[in-house]
Amino acid sequence: MLPLTVPFLTTIGLAVVGYFLACRRAFVVASGDIRVLNALPHQHGLNTALSTLLPPIAMMLVWALAVRIGAGHDLALAPYNPLFTYIALIGLAIMGLLLSLLRISRNFQARDASERWIMALLIFASTIAILTTIGIVLSMVSETYSFFGQYNWRDFFFSTTWSPNFRGGSDLGIIPLIWGTLYISFIALLFAVPVGLFAAVYLSEYASTRMRSVAKPMIEVLAGIPTIVYGLFALVTVGPLLRDYFAAPMGLGQSASSVMTAGLVMGIMLIPFVSSLSDDIINAVPQSMRDGSLGLGATKSETIRKVVVPAALPGIVGAVLLAASRAIGETMIVVLGAGAAARLSLNPFEAMTTVTVKIVSQLTGDTDFASPETLVAFALGLTLFVITLCLNVVALFIVRKYREQYE
Amino acid sequence: MSISQHGSLLQADPHTKKRNAAEKRFRLYGLSAIGIAIFALVILLISIIGNGASSFRQTYLSFPVTISAAEIKVAETALLKTGAYNKIIETSLLAFLIEHDLMQETPEADAFGMISDEAGATFRHFITANPDAAGTTFQMNLLTNGRIDGYYKGRVTAQTALLDKNVTPAQLVLADRLAAQGALVKRFNWEFFTNPDASDNRPEAAGLGVAILGSLYMMAVVLCLALPIGVAASIYLEEFAHKNWITDVIEVNIANLAAVPSIVYGILGLAIFINFAELNQSSPLVGGLVLTLMTLPTIIISTRASLKSIPPSIRDAALGVGASKMQSVFHHVLPLAAPGILTGTIIGLAQALGETAPLLLIGMVAFVKEYPAAWSTDAGLFGEASTALPVQVFNWTQRSDPAFVERASGAIITLLIFLLIMNALAIFLRKKFERRW
Repeated sequence: MLPLTVPFLTTIGLAVVGYFLACRRAFVVASGDIRVLNALPHQHGLNTALSTLLPPIAMMLVWALAVRIGAGHDLALAPYNPLFTYIALIGLAIMGLLLSLLRISRNFQARDASERWIMALLIFASTIAILTTIGIVLSMVSETYSFFGQYNWRDFFFSTTWSPNFRGGSDLGIIPLIWGTLYISFIALLFAVPVGLFAAVYLSEYASTRMRSVAKPMIEVLAGIPTIVYGLFALVTVGPLLRDYFAAPMGLGQSASSVMTAGLVMGIMLIPFVSSLSDDIINAVPQSMRDGSLGLGATKSETIRKVVVPAALPGIVGAVLLAASRAIGETMIVVLGAGAAARLSLNPFEAMTTVTVKIVSQLTGDTDFASPETLVAFALGLTLFVITLCLNVVALFIVRKYREQYE
Repeated sequence: MSISQHGSLLQADPHTKKRNAAEKRFRLYGLSAIGIAIFALVILLISIIGNGASSFRQTYLSFPVTISAAEIKVAETALLKTGAYNKIIETSLLAFLIEHDLMQETPEADAFGMISDEAGATFRHFITANPDAAGTTFQMNLLTNGRIDGYYKGRVTAQTALLDKNVTPAQLVLADRLAAQGALVKRFNWEFFTNPDASDNRPEAAGLGVAILGSLYMMAVVLCLALPIGVAASIYLEEFAHKNWITDVIEVNIANLAAVPSIVYGILGLAIFINFAELNQSSPLVGGLVLTLMTLPTIIISTRASLKSIPPSIRDAALGVGASKMQSVFHHVLPLAAPGILTGTIIGLAQALGETAPLLLIGMVAFVKEYPAAWSTDAGLFGEASTALPVQVFNWTQRSDPAFVERASGAIITLLIFLLIMNALAIFLRKKFERRW
């Protein structure tokens, strides 16, 4: 990448020079009376600057990408002499500069020309979101493919033991990891959904404006706290507390990191997520429906239970699915709170592990990108991505459909 | 129908009572749900602040140190320079203790063990910064050993010292004598914010310097990339794009990217930026790029919302006096939407600042002792190995010494203060510039 610094800076310099040259030339062409020009001098300048700057930069991107892909296929695309690259790129910049300077005339529509360049930039920016998704999928699919070349996919999806061994002969079954993930997410949702939902109902239906203005931001503070903070909270406070007061006296285990620890703390994290989504959805239920129910003599809670919540149900289900997707993908809380032992057990006070924990543990430290023990992380990542993608798409579809219903 | 079935208007019948009780219960559930949420927040904050507040104050030992120019020369030629400086400190400490009659049968090794292993390096740093100090006697403030510091923070007692091979009860007694003499004091620990990380056996010297610097570099990368790209993408989607299947795909895509687990971005960064593009591992550049991709959806969503809130009359007026569509957007709509865009950007940055998981995968968890430079000829822009605030917290939780838990909580408090400032700024901007049309 570094060899491109010189042509990059030169191009920027040329573009700045081009701006002033074009402004000057426009003045000269107009013989000092800019009213005869179709576009203002600075629009001519902008067009020249962009014509000088953008083609070489686009070429640099394509060039860097081509060299990288070529290197991946043992093709030597990069010329032995970097001077060649310099000349090609700077030549392109100078060509853009000269051509756009030559185009300057009284009738040249420089504003439209420069806006076409800007439009190209805007379109490029909005494709980055798509490129990101393609990057995510490609990066995981190719490594997962080479993982399944070394490891039987049936063993990966159906084996119930997870015991990686960097000397070979590992068992890499995903089932215990999926079990841990789902168990922890289930406990988290069991805690977060009722609390979040009731909080949202109370805030939108009962609370006075003053209480709402105090309680709502406080709950939303929980959403702004980074997950590493929750992780530390699980590790230092909640874990030992649960072990000393629940697990140990009941004879259920001696481990501070457990499904319960991670689940509870993750539940706290999800409260604001569930409550703010449900709040929006409950507020979208038309007031006339409430008025109708109250007018028939129902109490407020009856109205909420029998009219508002059923009407908002699809939206709430969508919110819960989004929360589930977030719980499944959560990493730091489970890394610090759930433990590292892959286990299939029902005891919530035992340490278990999740897909995300294993992605972290297989990809940190010294990694060898040819061994199945490292590559399995990409297969785990792809599994995680597919699960959360399905949940997200279904949830987004439901929420969107629901919004349209009352609009 | 009998009268009893109608009941009195003044007396609620059993059915009404039941309904009213249900109403009350329902309200109670709602209130307790809010109570639980706020209680959780309070406990969380108390736990973190309770564990971490003490990390901002540290125990120092201050005593006079004498060093001659010859001794400096010898120390600088020694194989282990900091070791040689340690010897000089130990001689001075012993002289100080004997002079004030504080030794009282304490073994010499125990007395030397009072000071942090980091002292030699601190001292050397001081001597190189003040070469005039040679040949004079001057007061040095040196960090005490982590266990002595722990004694004053309630982690270490005479009982635990018996079982601990890093501290002896005699040292604690000596520490008390020194404290009574006024040589051992607790004071605000600026080094916590400026020192780099330290190894397992010297928690007292571990600081956040490298982590804060790394986080700042990454925020700079995120700001420089995510803001322009996010705003450009939003402008296209909101103002120019025709509604067709391509824009539909982009929209669904952005909504989904906002909900993709952060660790997946880490895998993306590892595969694309490190393995494919061969950028430096654990560099703020790669971290910043990964966080940029993560924050983009947040920025795009909030920018589009604030563009949407600008009334069409503004655009129509601009078009009416001959502006092109592009000019109406850049000269009129964008400046009016700027406060909203800025607020969304700050909130996105705050999210990025606290993000940990993807950074673990791109190697930012490594032990970094050197301050990373923003630019170097070998590594390029932001290419030197670094760490980040939340990753430093994770790193410290993985150490065995309980003093690191205190450090981790202290680092969290620092991180939360940064987040608080950013969010307060966002709220202030929103309140100050909010405009209803």
